[in-house]
Amino acid sequence: MSETVVIIGAGQAGCDMTAALRQQGFDGRIVMIGEEPVLPYRRPPLSKAYLSDEMTEEQLYIKPASTYEKQNVEVITGVRVERIDRAAKNVTLANGEVIDYTKLAFCTGGHARRLPLPGAEKPNVHYVRTIADIEKLKAQFLPGKRLLIIGGGYIGLEAAAVGIKKELRVTLVEAMPRLLARVTGPELSEYYYCVHSAKGVDIKLGAGVDALEGGELVERVVLADGTRLEADVIIVGIGLIPNTELAEAAALEVDNGILVDQQCRSSDPDIFAAGDCANHDHGFLLRRMRLESVPNASEGARVIAATICGKEAVHNGAPWFWSDQYDLKLQMVGINQGYEEVVIRGSMEENSFSAFYLCGGVIISADTVNRPKDFMVAKKLVAGRVKADAATLSDESVELKSLIA
Amino acid sequence: MGQVTYVSFDGEQTVVDVPNGDNLMQAAIDNGISGILGDCGGGCACATCHCIVDDAWAAKTGEPDEIELDMLDGVVDPKPNSRLSCQITMSDELEGLVIHLPESQF
Ligand SMILES: Cc1cc2nc3c(=O)[nH]c(=O)nc-3n(C[C@H](O)[C@H](O)[C@H](O)COP(=O)(O)OP(=O)(O)OC[C@H]3O[C@@H](n4cnc5c(N)ncnc54)[C@H](O)[C@@H]3O)c2cc1C
Ligand code: FES
Repeated sequence: MSETVVIIGAGQAGCDMTAALRQQGFDGRIVMIGEEPVLPYRRPPLSKAYLSDEMTEEQLYIKPASTYEKQNVEVITGVRVERIDRAAKNVTLANGEVIDYTKLAFCTGGHARRLPLPGAEKPNVHYVRTIADIEKLKAQFLPGKRLLIIGGGYIGLEAAAVGIKKELRVTLVEAMPRLLARVTGPELSEYYYCVHSAKGVDIKLGAGVDALEGGELVERVVLADGTRLEADVIIVGIGLIPNTELAEAAALEVDNGILVDQQCRSSDPDIFAAGDCANHDHGFLLRRMRLESVPNASEGARVIAATICGKEAVHNGAPWFWSDQYDLKLQMVGINQGYEEVVIRGSMEENSFSAFYLCGGVIISADTVNRPKDFMVAKKLVAGRVKADAATLSDESVELKSLIA
Repeated sequence: MGQVTYVSFDGEQTVVDVPNGDNLMQAAIDNGISGILGDCGGGCACATCHCIVDDAWAAKTGEPDEIELDMLDGVVDPKPNSRLSCQITMSDELEGLVIHLPESQF
């Protein structure tokens, strides 16, 4: 019987999987089904160059339709997969079509966590996940408007930077006592607080949102301490919920993402998952983790393709990520959870530094700002679980490279 | 539009038409060339689009900027003509360009 790989979700992971399957020599049928009406695209620019009008929609597409045709990949867009029948090994689409699979991959990503308050459905409350979200936002993203951003994570901060560039009046509220609290150390939080404040973002920390007031539009945001902030446009960036309903309905194991092993295989050996929707047994971190990044989606996709083609592959790369705000190029590698010590190399004043996170003397993670060279070395240091002491790491006369074992 | 030849690490050659203005990472993805990943989408943030420009062409493709040089410093087995393919933009001048792909991107 000939093989058919069905991919649910036409995003980063799905798209990369189609290419990787062909490159690994898979010659069966490949069908990728996506709910959004467009070809797979890159999301990172949504809160960066696309929001600031420096990129067109076509430039967001990972590749043109002709490439899928050439690689003999069937792409169905604008249709949701509604059901999976694991016994019959098929999926049912919203348009009634039924497609049989021999291998199935979940690349369903996630959706923006909604603000659980009355008024959050009004037309000037925005999320930043899809092209459609940004199209709606752009119409209101105009000079002089009062932009209020709820959430001081990457997406909120990147949107703030674009808001300043586009001459909006930007306020950002964050419920935690510091910015980027979930992902970075207090030193970086403080640094980004200073950068954004200096650019004119009015940041309020420890500021939970209690209510939204107004008429047809939200006009005021009420904070927990009773402060009322006037706003024309509101962006909510408070995290992502993995799209796992289908997997749950099909009785796959799910716990903050579809549970998969190091080959990205779920509790059903013919079903895989990668990207934002997957919670994998990470071969490098040696624990379960659900990551939200392009490199993670791409690596997972390549691992699934190799596994389906009978090759050995494990998802074990040190996780890494990047974020662009103003002219600051932030690149980070590793997960700093559980670190005991932070060492700064370089100068925050000059906007060129790296923060290394140590645990038991081992470099477990690094955040680099405008230091691509440090970043490339840090990737190797983190991947190699290299030990280093604070004095050496902070001493710029010692070449970072010399620490690579 | 001009032709660019991608030579894989094993020596396999693929010739593709690249529209002017496109970068050579994107052109590799568009044509399903393995050996170039482009994880950051051309942001000069990942260095998974490393290539080595053929000696005959090194002068025409120009010099990498500082960020690109710093990223190249950390790729596997850098060569004097190493470039990040997302930072090379196709133009009439580059018609016939030949680039070589490394054994591994990480
Ligand atoms: C604004 C923004 C900025 C970002 N910036 C960065 C960055 O700088 N660096 C970085 O590394 N990462 C960044 N990310 C994260 C990165 O984009 C994601 O981690 C990545 O897109 C995940 O890929 P994925 O394939 O898992 O999911 P997605 O790309 O979200 O694709 C999933 C697709 O599946 C579809 N789908 C879901 N359910 C179904 C169904 N039942 N039937 C059919 N289709 C379905 C969805 O509609 C969606 O199109 C950013 C994300 C956003 C939103
Ligand atoms: S695609 Fe990431 S550096 Fe070229």
